[in-house]
This record gives sequence, structure tokens and C-alpha cells, in this order.
Amino acid sequence: MPQQQTLTDKEMTLPILQLSGIVKIFPGVKALDKVSLNLYPGQVTALVGENGAGKSTIVKVLTGIYQPDDGEILLDGQAINFPTAHHASAAGITAIHQETVLFDDLTVAENIFIGHAPRTKLGLIDTQETSKLAQQLLQGIGADIDPSIRLRDLGIASKHMVAIARALSIDARVVIMDEPTAALSYKEIQELYELVEQLKSQGKAILFISHKFDEIFEIADRFNVFRDGQFIDEGKIESVTEADLVQLMVGRSVNKIYPQRQEKICEDVLEVKSYCHPTEFDDINFTLGRGEILGFYGLVGAGRSELMQSLFGITKPSDGIVKIGGEITTIRSPADAVGHGIVYVPEDRGKQGVVIGLPIFQNVTLPSLSQTSQKGFIRLAEEFKLAREYTQRLDLRASSLDQDVGNLSGGNQQKVVIAKWLATQPKVIILDEPTKGIDIGSKAAVHEFMSDLAEQGLSVIMVSSEIPEVLGMSDRVIVMREGRMVAELAGDDLSPEALIRHAAGIGEVNP
Amino acid sequence: MNLKTRSLPDRLHSPRSQVFKNWETLLFAVAVSIFVVNSFASPYFLDAWGLSDATFNFTEKAMIAFAMALLIITGEIDLSVASIIALASTAMGAGLQLGLGTTELVFIGLAVGLLCGAFNAVLVTVLGLPSIVVTIGTMSLFRGISYIVLGDQAYRGYPPDFAFFGQGYVFWVFSFELVLFAVLALIYGILLHKTNFGRTIYAIGNNPTGALFSGIRVQRVKFILFLLTGLMSGVAAICLTSRLGSTRPSIGAGMELEVITMVVLGGVNILGGSGTILGVVLAAFVMGLVTFGFGLLNVPGIVMSIFIGLLLIGVIALPRLWKMFLNRR
Repeated sequence: MPQQQTLTDKEMTLPILQLSGIVKIFPGVKALDKVSLNLYPGQVTALVGENGAGKSTIVKVLTGIYQPDDGEILLDGQAINFPTAHHASAAGITAIHQETVLFDDLTVAENIFIGHAPRTKLGLIDTQETSKLAQQLLQGIGADIDPSIRLRDLGIASKHMVAIARALSIDARVVIMDEPTAALSYKEIQELYELVEQLKSQGKAILFISHKFDEIFEIADRFNVFRDGQFIDEGKIESVTEADLVQLMVGRSVNKIYPQRQEKICEDVLEVKSYCHPTEFDDINFTLGRGEILGFYGLVGAGRSELMQSLFGITKPSDGIVKIGGEITTIRSPADAVGHGIVYVPEDRGKQGVVIGLPIFQNVTLPSLSQTSQKGFIRLAEEFKLAREYTQRLDLRASSLDQDVGNLSGGNQQKVVIAKWLATQPKVIILDEPTKGIDIGSKAAVHEFMSDLAEQGLSVIMVSSEIPEVLGMSDRVIVMREGRMVAELAGDDLSPEALIRHAAGIGEVNP
Repeated sequence: MNLKTRSLPDRLHSPRSQVFKNWETLLFAVAVSIFVVNSFASPYFLDAWGLSDATFNFTEKAMIAFAMALLIITGEIDLSVASIIALASTAMGAGLQLGLGTTELVFIGLAVGLLCGAFNAVLVTVLGLPSIVVTIGTMSLFRGISYIVLGDQAYRGYPPDFAFFGQGYVFWVFSFELVLFAVLALIYGILLHKTNFGRTIYAIGNNPTGALFSGIRVQRVKFILFLLTGLMSGVAAICLTSRLGSTRPSIGAGMELEVITMVVLGGVNILGGSGTILGVVLAAFVMGLVTFGFGLLNVPGIVMSIFIGLLLIGVIALPRLWKMFLNRR
């Protein structure tokens, strides 16, 4: 037995793909800072790190979507680069993404072979051959799906199998799985594990990205940790424990750059009782005090945004009570919510936050028009005054108030959205991933501003997936998992380890 | 809170300095040149009564076009307007058979317009159906009802005072329709450009989701606009019926496309988000002048529609061609 071990180890020591010193810079952000990653044949390497650690960026570098600014990629020891996605797939690198990019109105076979379908002599797509190959691929991964059926008619799990078949339809040597289990049930996950074992036995190198520790320990052979765009550690999975990985992911110093506040939380402003939705969240109970910052932590898909959008009147809850200032309130629309003093800064800034096409001042005054107008007639001078007052408080950088918001950077757009809501003088402001995708400078400004607002008595709900931000800003944190509240933490209970454990369900009995 | 104050200017360019880049300026130039060309081409063109007659070419369509412009700016459309005219006119004709007077007939015309608009509004805003499909459906439905009621018959014999709406003059050569057109242009111009309601129309057209997330009652605004478009179709039905003096089920057939042409020619983005009432007014004049001038020159109707079609494609393609030309250099 030990002899066999050394033999296989020897065979597998040479990685198929080696990345070293990879640097990728975006305006204002160093997304990857000299990271390295090695992928070995017949082994699963788990890439772990918080949101924003650079996991998605490295996947995009590997698949030719981003070009690194520096660093080296070696395929079988030979230097190579991927100027386009096509080059990466020609080199045998394929990815199964967390949001599968498929076409609902094409058939399964067409989806699998889109872009590289077998051709007839005339150069037309050979439908029969496509179907046959698709059938083989699907059988190969144990999926019983008719290749001629339209994708629209498949369930989410079957769609996922199609995505996997598609990834394998090019003769892949490196398979990247980016949160492949996010939408799958327990049984489907087991099937996926079998598939992974099968791919391993074929000598393929697998990069497995997941937030779920039980999965990582179940199928990974190696681990690789990124933090804040930097490479932290790698090694064999047997050599670490969950606690070690968590430690590596979050680092130690967390609470240094965040503004300090004095807690003086008094009466409850918002009270939510047994608040439910048929599919997104269930039995939510919490209170929010005046001047409090309440954090909501959880993995992507835990139902946090859905809960917040429901409180803001976008989706109807199926049951539950919302009390604002002690009075039971029904919120049927965002207009109602704004009227009751609840406002929402969405995660999807471009689509839900700002109205691109309208100038800055009109974006700011949009919910406050009744304030700036007289009997329904617009008063431009009043609008400019209000817009100036609030954009200035947020230190907005723009050429003029008449500039289209579409021309502003993400951070400045976020300032416009926050200014828009502050102008309505709300009681509760809900911020959904308030600093996602904005540069470090604006990030600090948003943090400082949140803290100022709480000091002035505004109640803040902050949904965030960034652990330092959650810990640094919140007075109290509610952790959600799969639509339910699983923990409420404050004071000494608040630690990165606790957040990750509750969010990922570590240490609980699995079904 | 840091106290450094960086004052942002309101605007970098005053709205007046932008006037030569405006669509409206181009349209005005087009209208003037058509006017000049026509007055040289035909000796009968520069006649006050003749020009007054020419305004009937566009007044009824323009009344609907104002409301339609608002609807299109929000990203919706109503293709059933001409059929609403048919149904409203048929209802007035039926009222006439019951011996109703002018006041009651006007009331019926407006009420049927509103009801049809409400029907469209419910289907689009309450059920969430796409307006283009809904109004293609109601386009057939409303006119179909007219055909069932009337067959190959016609309602005639409207009371003499009913004729005022389509044939009467308020002052000298200024017809009731022309004055109504001017008043409505003013009302819609103020509504779109000077009120909160108008501002929300632009917000919805540029980003309906963003508008909803900014606390705007998007569906309510759209509901009101479908009602307004129906109401304006009712108004147009009264004017047109009064002018023709009879109701046939084919009344106003094909008018919806001319209304939409007028709106788009006026610089309203067919995808929503931008456009002005002034543009629609100018487009109305351009279309009216072309029709009148060609009529004087005995140009057949089919050539006129070819010209309007080319004009429409031309004015939409022009900015894009200009951009391509600039990029090539």
C-alpha cells in the first residue's frame, strides 16, 4: 500500500497547468496580486477565498476572458497565453460557471455543440452527428436527457448536466467548476461527485470553487487559498482542518480600518415578525433599533437580497408582520416603502439603482419630487439645490449636476443612489452589498458615511458578503442560510469563523 | 464628516447653447424648406383658406400623437387608436339613432375612448402583457365590433350643431380643430416638460426597473397614459365624425401608423426615454405641409405615402449615418 502511494504520487507530481505571478489590475483595484495556482492531472484542487478574493478573476484569466497584466502560464511546462476565450478552449480548458450560460430556445444538442458543431460537406451543421455525439456525452456523464428536447423544458439540475456536457464536448484536460452545486439538491450533488470522480480517473485536472466546506473536504485533493487578490497558501487537503482553512481565508487583522462609533441604540424602529415568502425566505424575525447598523451575512443565494426587496415592496411576502415605529404597516410597493421611511440601495446599481439617461440631479430628486415641486409643477432651482446639498455631503465627483449618471464611476453612481435616498429623509436605509465593485477610496467614504448616518439616528441594514465589512461596520449580525435565519451574533460572538460556520452550515448534521 | 466643499456647477452648457444640436431645430428647418418649396411650386399654396384646410390633414392625428408620444416615451405603444375611433364613432352613431343630442354624443365619444383605453391599460399594467401584442389584438377587436354593428351600412344625419367640432371656425381661418390642436399641444407640453408626472415618464422610459426601485408607481403612470391615449382617440373620433358627417366602420383606417410616424418623426425614441412635444408639433406640420403641397401638385396619394415613408427612414438614419461618417474620418 505505501509503495503504491509513492508511485502514484510520482506520476502526478507534474502539474498540467501552472500559473505563477499573475497580476490583474482594474481601475483602482488590484484584483490579482502575483497569485499562483497549480492544477495536477487526476486531482481536484479546491480554490477557497472570500468574495472579492480574486477567485472569479483567476477563472476569467484561465478561460481567456481577461488578459493578465503580468505573470506566466505554463501548460505542460510550455509557456502559453490565451488572448481570447477560443484559445483557452482550444488548449483544453473549459469552465462550468455558477450561472450557466445556455440558450433556452435551442435544443440540448445545439446547446452542447454551439460554436463547434460537426459540419457536413456543405458546411452546414450536421444535425444527426450533433445529436449522436450529444447523446454519447450525456450518457457518459450518466444524464438521461433527450438531446432533441428544448432546453427551456428542462429543470435546473438537468440544465446543469447539459452545461457539464457542453464543457466536456471540447476535449478538455482542465475542467473549472465555479460553484457547481449552488442550485443543486442533495441527490444531484451526489451525482455530481460521481461525475467528478469519473473525470479524475480520466486524468483531467479539476479546479473546484466552492464556499461549502463539507463539499471541499469531500471531493478535493488539494486546496489553494486566495485572500484580497493575493496567494496565501496551498497544499494537500489532508494536511488541514476546516478551522485552518477559515483562518487562512480571513486572515487575522480585521477590525482596523473601520470607523469607531459609540453604541447608543434606543427604541426599535423596525420590527419584522414571522415574515415568509413561498420560495425565497422563511420565518424571518428581527428588530432594528434607532441608530443601529444591522448586518446580514450569508452565502450568495441565502435569500438576503430577496428579503430586503420584499421589505421594500418589490415582492409580496406570503405571511408576516412588519411594524414601523410600533405600528403594523403593509407595504405593497416601493412607493409605499419610501412613504413609510424605508429605502433600499440595491446591489445591481446600473439596473435598479440609477436611471441611466437622466442627469444626476434628476436621479437624486426622483423620489423627492413632491418636495421640490409646487402643486405638481417642477421647480428646477429647488431641484438643483436639493441635489447639490446631498451630493456634496457625499463628496460626489462629477463635472456638473446635469451630467448623465451613466458617465459616472461605480462608486460615484453609488453616491448618487445614497444621496437620492437621504434626500427623502428616511428612517431605515437598507444597503445591499454597498461597496461591491467600487474602488477602495469610495469604499472608505461609504463606510464613513454609514457610520455618520447611524450616529445621526438613522437605522441601517447592511447586506454584505465581505466578512471584514460585516464585522467592521455592524453592531449586530444576522446570518442567513437557505432562506432562514441561522444565527444572530453580537459582541464577542462576532468572529469571522463564526460567520463562516453558520453561513456554510459547518458542524451541523447533513441530511 | 469632512467639511471640504467642492461645489458642483448645475450645468456645463446652458440649454440655449444646445439649440442647434436639437432634433427640433432640424425639423423646423425641414418644415420651413417644404413651405418655401411648396410656395414656389404652386401658386395656390400661399392662400390663407387653403392653408387652413391643409391643417385638417394632421389635427386629428396630432391630438392622438401627443398622448401617444408620452406612451412611447415610457416604452409602451398603443396600436388600437384608429380602431378606438371607429368604435367611438359607431357608438355615437348608435346614440344618434336613439335620438340623443350633441352633448350626449360628445359624452359617448369621450366615454368609449376612455373605456377602450382602460381595457388596454388593464391588460398591459394589471396582467403585465406586452402592449404591442395587446393593442394589435384590441385593434382588431374594437374595429371588428364596429363592422358587426354597421356591416356595409353607415350612420348619417348628425345634428347641425355637432358639425362645429369638425367644420366650425373659432376665428377667421382658425378652425375649431386647429385651436384645439394648439391648446392640447400646450397642455401636453406642460404636462411632459413641466410637471412631476412628466419627469416620471422620462424616468420610466430610461429605466423602468430603476424607476420602480426609486419609488415611482410605474404601472399607475402607464395606466393613466393608456387612459389618456384612449381619451384622445375619443376626442379625435368626435372631430373626425363631425368633419365627415357620417360613420362607417372603416373610419380612420390605418391612422395608427400615421400617428406613430408623426411621433417618431418628431424625435421620440421608439424604444422610449426621450422626445419632446415640440418635436411632435413640428412633425405634424411637416406631414401636413407635405400632404397639402403634393395634393396641390396632383401627386397621387400612394406617392405621398412613399415620400412620408422615406422621410421617416431618412430622418432616423441621418444621425447614425452622420456618426458613421465622422468615425470613418
